[in-house]
Amino acid sequence: MTQILVRYCTLFILTLLVLAIISFSLAYLFPGDVLENLTGLVPQNEIQRAALEKQFKLDQSYVHQFFYYVSNLLTGDWGYSFTSGLPLRDEVGIAMPATIELATYAMLMALFIGIPMGYYAGIRCYSTSDYLINSASITIYSFPVFWFALLLILVFSLQMDVAPLSGRISLLYNIEPVSGFILLDILFADIENKSLALKDALSHLALPTFAIGAIATASMARITRRSVIDVRHRPYIAAAISRGLSSWQIFFRHILRNALLPILPLMAIQITTLITNAMIVETLFSWPGIGNWLIQAIYQRDYPALRIGMMAVSTLVITLTILVDLFNRVIDPSREKYERAAV
Amino acid sequence: MSYGLVKRLSLYLCTALVVASCAKQNKQAFYNTGIIYCSESNPVTFNPQLDTSSTTSDASSHQLYDRLLDFDPETGRIVPSLASSWLVTNDGLTYAFQLRKDVWFHSTDYFTPTRNFNADDVLFSIDRWRLTSHPYHYISGGRYPYFESIGLAQNIESVERVNGYRVEITLKRRDSSFLANLATDFAVILSEEYASQLSQAGSPSKIDELPVGTGPFKFESYRKDHFIKYRRHEDYWRLSLSSEDSENASEQTNTEITKEPENASTPASSSFQSNGGEYSAVEQLIFDITPRSSLRLAKLMTGECDATAFPAQTELEVIRAKEDLILAEKPGLNIGFWAFNTQRPPFNNPDVRRALAAAIDKNTLLEAVYFDSAIRAKTLLPAASWAFQNDADDTAYNPVLARKLLADAGIEPGFSMTIWAMPVERAYNPNATKMAELIQRYLRDVGVEATIVSYDWATFRRHLREGLHDSVLIGWSADNGDPDNFYRPLLSCGAIPSGTNRAMWCNPDYDKLINDALKTDDIEARKAIYRQVNRLLYERLPLVPIAHAYRYQAYRSELEGLTINPFGGVRFGGVEKTL
Repeated sequence: MTQILVRYCTLFILTLLVLAIISFSLAYLFPGDVLENLTGLVPQNEIQRAALEKQFKLDQSYVHQFFYYVSNLLTGDWGYSFTSGLPLRDEVGIAMPATIELATYAMLMALFIGIPMGYYAGIRCYSTSDYLINSASITIYSFPVFWFALLLILVFSLQMDVAPLSGRISLLYNIEPVSGFILLDILFADIENKSLALKDALSHLALPTFAIGAIATASMARITRRSVIDVRHRPYIAAAISRGLSSWQIFFRHILRNALLPILPLMAIQITTLITNAMIVETLFSWPGIGNWLIQAIYQRDYPALRIGMMAVSTLVITLTILVDLFNRVIDPSREKYERAAV
Repeated sequence: MSYGLVKRLSLYLCTALVVASCAKQNKQAFYNTGIIYCSESNPVTFNPQLDTSSTTSDASSHQLYDRLLDFDPETGRIVPSLASSWLVTNDGLTYAFQLRKDVWFHSTDYFTPTRNFNADDVLFSIDRWRLTSHPYHYISGGRYPYFESIGLAQNIESVERVNGYRVEITLKRRDSSFLANLATDFAVILSEEYASQLSQAGSPSKIDELPVGTGPFKFESYRKDHFIKYRRHEDYWRLSLSSEDSENASEQTNTEITKEPENASTPASSSFQSNGGEYSAVEQLIFDITPRSSLRLAKLMTGECDATAFPAQTELEVIRAKEDLILAEKPGLNIGFWAFNTQRPPFNNPDVRRALAAAIDKNTLLEAVYFDSAIRAKTLLPAASWAFQNDADDTAYNPVLARKLLADAGIEPGFSMTIWAMPVERAYNPNATKMAELIQRYLRDVGVEATIVSYDWATFRRHLREGLHDSVLIGWSADNGDPDNFYRPLLSCGAIPSGTNRAMWCNPDYDKLINDALKTDDIEARKAIYRQVNRLLYERLPLVPIAHAYRYQAYRSELEGLTINPFGGVRFGGVEKTL
């Protein structure tokens, strides 16, 4: 186990190092001034410029510069945004949790709807209800998320007027960001209309969560269904049937847990898709998350923000992937012992 | 199990939507406590003295500040604000303002006023842009574009404090548009006490970032590209001003005016408050910064915004079709026109200019370019101006006359000229290129070949200033209701070098008339002079007035008391929300 942990940690650190190299070289690859791209600070005069260059070790070799850059990254000194002039760490700190929140709820939706649906379809495979679920999930799965979200806005916001179409909560509420998760923040917040605020936040959450969640649910249902069908054809199920167990007993004792094992590694792949989808849907719903923030940065050529945004998003994805992979290792000892770690 | 699963499934699926619809249906009183306005962009600063863009004045002028005087949005007359009354001496050079007592500045996290508004604040606010030696003059850049463009600082001899609530301003030259300039969005009153606290703390530039004013709302927070939040100013002077008081105030104004017959023209009106004397403000005002116009409209439709800025011309029909949305429209203080370069032959001949004017059909231009979101212009002045002349002469579409006049002036068929079309969209001309193409067709009918010229905006204006054009399609937006704000910059001799006189037209009679108009305070006398001016312009026709574009504001029917302010930024003081 220790060996595995060490292996994963090395992999994690090496990947981050490569990312850091890429993000550092972006400061040179982006058009414009290296110092400005790197820090987000625009020196007013030559004296200031010289001082900043000295501070960021731009007068020394690339290696020195890079190590100073990495130490800054680690201490949380990520530079400033061109457009807002605020520290990028604060900006990412506000935007990132918003995206994670959206992705989490969508993931929960996929877990609590997709997996049961998949089990049901798998058990009833090749029946009418299975065909129904299967075709529905294929249809939803093949929707482009962008288009699906637009459709939801058109129907539920503009025509039926049951859900708002932008933001996380009505701006009338003053919610201090503590955790960055809006629902938690409302619970922690010291405001009068807590239940009203919760309702408002939930109505804001409904459409974007549904847009991302529906697609994740569909793919989750399909994965589960396949896995259940596979398990059902295993010899130990035939043995259980011949022992005279009822179908309920077979389901709870044999199918449920065994079908779950192959699903988990596939979930790791889902997480990446989920976050990408969340970033796309954010821009449509003006959700103040990292995707929306990066798009703004692109429009406004905010190079320091792009550099850090890329770094932050990829770090998040890598961390999650490695964690899920590690988790799989822990719960599934049947996997080959000396298999190498992989991202 | 299987049945239960299906049940659970449908339950989950529905939950989200049910929650959403619940929140919508039980709209509670809480939502009435605040107004959300979808604005189009970030303000440059929170001090409108420093910037003339409408985004800045929308976000600051009428929300955070008050001026000494205000324009009545209905009549365009000047009404008392922080100055409860004023006197002008017979020579028209000295203005004495009596200030309102018991007016309090905002008390916020960063500033708590210890005294109420008095003459020192007026002196500070005016001296800041007027005197280059003022300690605050160069804070935040030191440019005061509005006051620079009208040269007001040069015309003020002195601003003096008579006593705590009386200020006297002396001018060098008579200027009957002076009061109007003090009522513009840019002439806001800042807090002197706040400024001195800030200089002691060594952070004077905060005065424009964390604003303090006397307006109906106080600044709470601002996040770029996201929102600006304001809270109600609990001690706002108009809140305590009952309808009785306001009558008294205006009576007082009237009596002072009658004492001074010379000043009878200074208009005073008690009908300032839009909702019948009782002044109220919502608890919260929020500017939701939404640059995309389609998203602003969508938010308005779903009720996430209560009002929105600048609906696009193509969206107007959608707004009109919705029952719960109101599209308010008013002719704006602007003019789109076709100016001839009167220094180039043959355009120096008024007959040629008249011929070309008669060759075009203005009504078609209005339909095709403005989608009927403008009214036909006869003179330079739009109807919102008090000097608007309803019966002014207008050119008419008459190609036969045009051909005859051209022939008489010795212009051969096939004569070629250029039409310069401005490359940017403005309310007064949303599509100059399209208009130029239409005019091109009309001119071909009378035997004139026109070529359309366009450059990027900066080059375009530079070449115009150099006078390289034959004719140009451009326009003008004014900042106050005074007619001088149209006549002087557009056609006076002095405006040729500064580049606003696109016709390069210099006529001594015209300059004399508009100068005379400023020497009197009698509105009727001024109107009579401007009638002569209009007549002169109709005869000489240095430019063809085409349209005054409407100003639009879209808002939900729940809002009460929101009126379009043709003289500048949006006002949310006095606006209420009912569901």
